Amino acid sequence: MPTDKAEYTAPDSGAKTAAAAQKFETEHLEMSMGPSHPSTHGVLRLNLELDGEIVKMCDPVLGYLHRGDEKIAENMTYNQFVPYTDRLDYLAPLANNAAYAMAVEKLANLEVPERCQAIRVLTTELARISAHLLGLGAYSMDVGALTVFMITFTEREKLYKLFEDLTGARFTTSYTRIGGVTRDMPDGWMDRVLTFCEEFLPLLDDVEALLARNRIWFDRTADVGVISKEDAVSYGLTGPNLRGSGVDVDLRRDAPYSGYESYEFEVPLGEKGDCYDRYAVRMEEMRQSVRIVRQAIDKMPEGPFYAEEATKIFAPNKGKILTSMEELIQNFMITTEGPDMPAGEVYFEAENPKGALGFYIVSKGGGVPYRLKIRGPSFNNLSILEKVCVGGMVSDIPAILGSLDFVMGECDR
Amino acid sequence: MVAHDLKSALQEVCPQLQERETLDWPAFNCPIASLFVVVKTLRDNHDFDGLMDATAIDNGTEASPRFTVVYHLFSSKNHNYLRIAADCHDDESPSAPTLCPLFKSANWMERETYDLFGIRYEDHPDLRRILMWDEYPYHPLRKEFPLAGFEEELWDPEIAAETGTKVKPAPMAGGPFVARQSTFEGDREPIAKDESWNEANEKPE
Repeated sequence: MPTDKAEYTAPDSGAKTAAAAQKFETEHLEMSMGPSHPSTHGVLRLNLELDGEIVKMCDPVLGYLHRGDEKIAENMTYNQFVPYTDRLDYLAPLANNAAYAMAVEKLANLEVPERCQAIRVLTTELARISAHLLGLGAYSMDVGALTVFMITFTEREKLYKLFEDLTGARFTTSYTRIGGVTRDMPDGWMDRVLTFCEEFLPLLDDVEALLARNRIWFDRTADVGVISKEDAVSYGLTGPNLRGSGVDVDLRRDAPYSGYESYEFEVPLGEKGDCYDRYAVRMEEMRQSVRIVRQAIDKMPEGPFYAEEATKIFAPNKGKILTSMEELIQNFMITTEGPDMPAGEVYFEAENPKGALGFYIVSKGGGVPYRLKIRGPSFNNLSILEKVCVGGMVSDIPAILGSLDFVMGECDR
Repeated sequence: MVAHDLKSALQEVCPQLQERETLDWPAFNCPIASLFVVVKTLRDNHDFDGLMDATAIDNGTEASPRFTVVYHLFSSKNHNYLRIAADCHDDESPSAPTLCPLFKSANWMERETYDLFGIRYEDHPDLRRILMWDEYPYHPLRKEFPLAGFEEELWDPEIAAETGTKVKPAPMAGGPFVARQSTFEGDREPIAKDESWNEANEKPE
């Protein structure tokens, strides 16, 4: 304890601050967030440079889930690659299956029957609901609203039960084949889907009631992570993240595939492009998906669920393989050599839950792609992190990551 | 705008522009020297405001030109796509001009192409590997790179010194059963590609 009173001179706050600044020079703190972090949903790592709590620099580090899917695709037939597409966006495997099958069918110039198209639309939209439910649940949990997570995961469980009834698997569905789907819908399945839709919409209203006018939710997400229209387009954002910034592009409506032109739905748009807008867009997209599901069930056409005339592409009915020589040979050829594809190049993008999932296929004929490039929407959606995180607080990062709703499976491929 | 009009419009900035064989969207082959100006014209005058995909094709170890860079542009106004391809000059150390000044999405996609094919993008602001780790010596999507991969040093020298662990090729005996592009007419069934170890030969430790 100083005893000399002379030491207690009147404090000159300005000089004191200057002295303190000299003594404690602020320096930027480098921090690594991830790859195992609850809010990086998978294995994303962010190298952050912080000034106090302000993010000065953000450098995402990818590749922790890189499995070389594109290399693998060059070494197997088109149908053998279907299970690998489950593992791209593993929250919506049914949508990936359909997108991949449609890309290869575009290469083969193959028209699939209307019933197959309608089944694909139906499953894609159910997958969209499932993916958005998970995205929303995890997003709200990251910013502190745990109840939403409980509700959305209960609903997702019901969807998984439906997927299991349809495909035999809850998660890795591998439902499509080139030229069709593996099996028709079981009896009464569509009624169960309708029952799910009935029960689902009121629960969605509950979730909205929990979040939409919630002060905490609003404070954590509104005006956080604002992405301008120009940036969203230039960074190659797609899907709800692009529409959250108010860019009116939805491939289901603008470049329709699989008969989407015959369904009525609206494309929700955000205004500011902040985290709240992206949440609101996803919320409305789920309602529109229910609308599409109901229309698809309403006018589900009868007929075959695979392209029967494409005998060199779609493996025949299992029952026929065991009884008829022609079909046995056909099945053997398709299994061993792959479907018969023309040479050429196609690029196909489908509007998946996370954004535009694109397949660029270079074929030199035969049953194996020469080069298959997968454009994972999350890859581009994450590239904007280096811009959108900078200037915000560290605590904004979970909100931004949750609102971008990425999945590393298709980012790292 | 139909492909023919687009072609004549683009040939004003690049007379050597050729149509490329395609099964879907309009596609053009363009000399790599004028790639940047062609894409800039497309962006500024023809509403192609999004670079959806940038990648490359390895045309085979014997082929020349060996590497082709391919870009897919999207117009959010007209909702159509366009493919632009350009052959890289040097087969040994290929390079291409960067499109980063035009599209911010080019940054990561060109880093990925550099990582997997080894194509250097001139004047790229941040040309680092993105999927593989920085010290990795190979470019895995080149055709001479085997599916199983090569044995390689671990990325963390401290752990490697402590444990002696290495990055090992993928075990492939017994599968995956893959079809080979060239051997369809053969009388053999598809077999595992890597036959270095199987039931007869023990897995080397």
